[in-house]
Order: sequence, then C-alpha cells, then structure tokens
Amino acid sequence: MEIILAVLIGFMYAAGIYLILRRSLVKLIVGLIILGNAVNLLLFLLGGITKGQPPVIGDAEKLLAGVYADPLPQALILTAIVISFGLQAFAMVLLQREYIQGGVEDLDNLKEEDEEK
Amino acid sequence: MNDNLILLPVILQLALALMLLFFWSKTKWQRIGSMVGNTLFLMVAVYLFVKIYKNGVLFTQAGDWEAPFGITFVADLFSATMLVITALSGLAVSIFASGSMSRRRSLFVFFPIYHFLLMGISGSFLAGDLFNLYVWFELIIIASFGLITLGGGRRQLEGALKYVTLNLLASILFLTGIAFLYGLTGTLNMADLARKIPLIQNEGLLTITALMFFIGLGIKTAVFPLYFWLPASYHTPMSAVSAIFGGLLTKVGVYALFRVFSLFFLPDSFTATVITAVAALTLIMGAMGALIQKDTRKLFSWLIVCHIGFMIAGLGIYTTAAIAGAVFYLFHDILVKTNLFMISGLIHKISGTFKLKKLGGLYSQYPKITLLIAIPLFSLVGIPPLSGFWPKLLLIQGGMEIQGYLIIAAIILGSFVTLATIGKFWLEVVWKEQPAFTYKKHFIPFSQLPYIQKFSYVFPIGLLASVSLFLGFGAEIIIDIVNQIAFDLMNPDAYIELILPKE
Repeated sequence: MEIILAVLIGFMYAAGIYLILRRSLVKLIVGLIILGNAVNLLLFLLGGITKGQPPVIGDAEKLLAGVYADPLPQALILTAIVISFGLQAFAMVLLQREYIQGGVEDLDNLKEEDEEK
Repeated sequence: MNDNLILLPVILQLALALMLLFFWSKTKWQRIGSMVGNTLFLMVAVYLFVKIYKNGVLFTQAGDWEAPFGITFVADLFSATMLVITALSGLAVSIFASGSMSRRRSLFVFFPIYHFLLMGISGSFLAGDLFNLYVWFELIIIASFGLITLGGGRRQLEGALKYVTLNLLASILFLTGIAFLYGLTGTLNMADLARKIPLIQNEGLLTITALMFFIGLGIKTAVFPLYFWLPASYHTPMSAVSAIFGGLLTKVGVYALFRVFSLFFLPDSFTATVITAVAALTLIMGAMGALIQKDTRKLFSWLIVCHIGFMIAGLGIYTTAAIAGAVFYLFHDILVKTNLFMISGLIHKISGTFKLKKLGGLYSQYPKITLLIAIPLFSLVGIPPLSGFWPKLLLIQGGMEIQGYLIIAAIILGSFVTLATIGKFWLEVVWKEQPAFTYKKHFIPFSQLPYIQKFSYVFPIGLLASVSLFLGFGAEIIIDIVNQIAFDLMNPDAYIELILPKE
C-alpha cells in the first residue's frame, strides 16, 4: 500500500509541476490543484498507514495501547483541504477575470507590466 | 508564564474585521473604526511588550491541552517587538488609507480585509506550532489576494495573477516540508521538534526537509532566485495596499525563517553556506534591479528584495552579533519600507505620476514635505546615526567574527547601490524641474485637497519617520533589546523547557 501511494504521489508531483510549467492559464491552475492534492496524500502517507486499528480506547482500558492509526494527519489534511479549496476557488475566479478583461490565455503574453511604455 | 492575554491582538483584529463588515456601506465609520481599532491594537501590543520585557516569555495552550498535544501560542520578546512594530505600521497605513482611498474603493471592503490581514500577521508571530503557523500564513495570503485585486484594473489583475500563483506554490512546498517533518518526528509542536530533531539518524533527509522549508518560506520572503513575483506585482495595487505589503508581508517570512532555523533546524555547514550564498546573491541582484527602474514603486519593490538580503545574511552568518543586527534590520526595514510606499503614494498625489521621468520639482513645491521624506530615505541608506546604520554595523561585526569577507563585501555593495539608487531618486524627484504635464481627468491633486485629507497623507509618514528617528537615536535601547532577542534565539533551551517541561 505504501509503495503504491508513494509512486502515485511522485507521479502527481511530476504532473503538477509539468502542468504549471506549461504556458496555458487553465493548465496552470489544474497543475496547482494536482500539487495541492499530492501534498495531502503525502501527509496521509507520512503519518503512517495502519489498517483496521482505529484509535479508540476500549471500555476496560484507560490508555491507547498497542498499534493504532494516528488520527492527527487526518485532522491536518482536513484543514489543508478546506484552505486549498478556498484558495483555488479564488485563483480560478481570478483567472477568469483576467481572461475576460485581457483576453490572454498564453502566459508568455502576460508581460505588459514588465515592459516600459 | 501561562497567560491567555497573548491571544488578545488576534482576537482584537478579528472582532474589528467582523464589526467593520457590518458598516459595509458607511465608509466614514469604517475609517474611524479602523483608526481607533489600530490605536487599541498598538496599546495592547505595547502592554504585552512591557509585560514580556519584565517577566519573560508568555505562552498559552489552546483549550488547556498540554503541549505537544494541544496548539501552543508563545510570545517571547521577538514576537512582542514584532507585534509593536506591526501595530505602528498598521496604524500608519490605516490613517493613510482613510485619507487616500476614494469612497468607491472603500466600498470593496478594504478595511475588513485589511484587519483580517493584520490578524493573520499577529497570529503568525504568536504560533508555537508549525501547522498553526501554516494556517496563519494561509490566512495572510488569502487576505492579501483580496487586497491586491481590490478595484480590479487590468494591470492589477496581471500582477495579482503572478502573486497568487507563486504564493500558492510556496504554500504547497511549505506544507510538503511540514509533511516530511511529521513523518520524521511525529510532532509539529516547535518546542517538541527542537527536542526530537537532534535524535534523527537520517541526516540527508533532514537536510532536504530544511531546504524544503527554506524554499517554501524563501518564495514568501522573496530571496534570490525566488523573488521575481515581487517586483512584478507590488507596484500594481493602490499605495495603501503596497505599503502594508512592502512593509510586512515579506518580513513575516523572514520572521518564520528565523524561528525555524534557530529553534530546530540548526544550520550545519551546508545549510549555512546555502543561506549565506542566497543572501549575497539577493543583495546583489536586488541592488542591480533597483538601479535601472524608472517607476518609483518598482524601484522601491526592488529595494525590498535587495534589503531582504541583509536579514538573511544575518541568519547565514549565525553569530549573536549578526542575528542581533538582522533582527534590528528587520524592525527598521518594516517601518521604512511601509513609509517608502506611502511616500510614493504622496508623490503620486502631488505630481500625478509614478514615472521618474515625469516627476520633479518637489523641493520647490513642498520644501517641508521634502525634508520629511528625507528622513526615511536617509535611514534606508544607513547614514549614521539614522536607523539603517546600526544593524549594518552589527552585521559586519558578525561577519568579521567568522571571517566571512565575501558576505561583508556583498553587504557593503548592497548599501552602496542603495545609496546610488536613492541619490538618483532624489535627483529625479526633488531637484530636477518637473517637465510640463497635465493631470488625468478627475484627478484631484494634493494642493486642492481639504486640510484634513492633506493631514492624513502627511501624518502617517511623519509618524513612521519619527519612529525611525527613535530607532536611530535611541539605538542604545534597541541594541539592548535585539541583543536579548539574539541571545534567546541562539539559546532556545529556556524556551523549550518552558513550553515542554521535562518530567
């Protein structure tokens, strides 16, 4: 399971970075979304995957004993998902406004600001 | 000492932002609320500072869950001083924005977003937990996205696009670093990390993680070669927004770098070399970029990049003197950079343009204002005894201790080119005669403004200039404070023991 996830995460990072290096605005945002998801999976993987051992304290016990799944990465991922959702929604609206106002879809043409008029 | 009071700056800003949202259409109330609120914020910050200066570090555990399980908030002298400086800049920008912003622009909820931004900034100074720091950073960037696109002209959207993309990427890299660190240690509490990281055997992976943090925070801090988004975007929004961005946002990154690299990623020879080299290149590239600019705000944006190098150099040299110098420079830089962007806003209001070629004749029109803006400009260059001089002295002293002559050369070159740039700015804006020009339609120049609005343009500049003067002439007090901060940063054991007492 770890190996499959590790390969998947590597692939997602590669795909995300490839996409943000492309010239198209839409591919840029898709790349950022894929990278964001890859980070969440990475957090999940590095928190350690434990199957079928929920962190529940039984009636007879007072402490968690033995091997149990770490609940913290899930809390972290949940927070990160919510945050990246908001940021990505903003970025998409921004891209749309930029496209409507400027009509530019190619990042290479986004250099009006750097040129002296 | 355990004290819930340290959350007060965050709660105050949150309450202020929410309250101002209710006055959405009453822009006059928003302005007054923002100024009064930030005055309160300054008072709270000063109160906390005095308390921490006398009694030592304050902390609180959210919900009384003990570290490392709960979320820890810590305010040491470094955080407290940063809060005071933030409050001063925040108040100045509040006043400046109240005068300079048209009613139409204020209707785009500038003030509430601005206070959310200040909330994020104060929160990140207090965070004692790495993931919490990440969340505060996200709050800062979403608020800054709102501010940078406010008004939404085409040029502004283009600048915002670059800003948004690179900041999103920086957050992703920062979170990747956090994930690695959690995998290595199983904790994200900073004090706990400081205990557990020295025990890790896998040093290669640890160095990679440290560099991941350096890249993620480095994009936010705008160090070489990750700074290109800054000069491409900071000159596009309105002056009040540029002022708060230029003054505070990159400096929050610097603050986080200092925390991370002094508390748990203690620089080994490899990371120290990388940091020093990056600092030297940042100084040189920023200075070279600033030399050729033809627009006041672009020129100041490049100077931000250049001067980030001074602070990172202190981190790279890593002796008590150098860290003290870098921290002193950080305080000085926040005040001066905020002031510079407000000055460019004032000059725009007087002359109707940001282009150096079309500017001129400021001294013959407004001699008193010219003398006022000379203070921050000369402090920026570091003419003794103004505030830029002392930190550079400490930095060079620190560099001498480790025989880092190359970094000293870069520091001196950076200062020298800053002098040349400011000299050019002075020639073009103050002494040259202004070429013939006409104001844009509907543009109300400074001379025709009512008295109260003129006051709100000049007063914040005077406020920050007088604080800069205090930093320069009261350097003995400030050096005392920064020496203590540097000592605390270099010897974090007391901090760790306080948050996480050994059984």
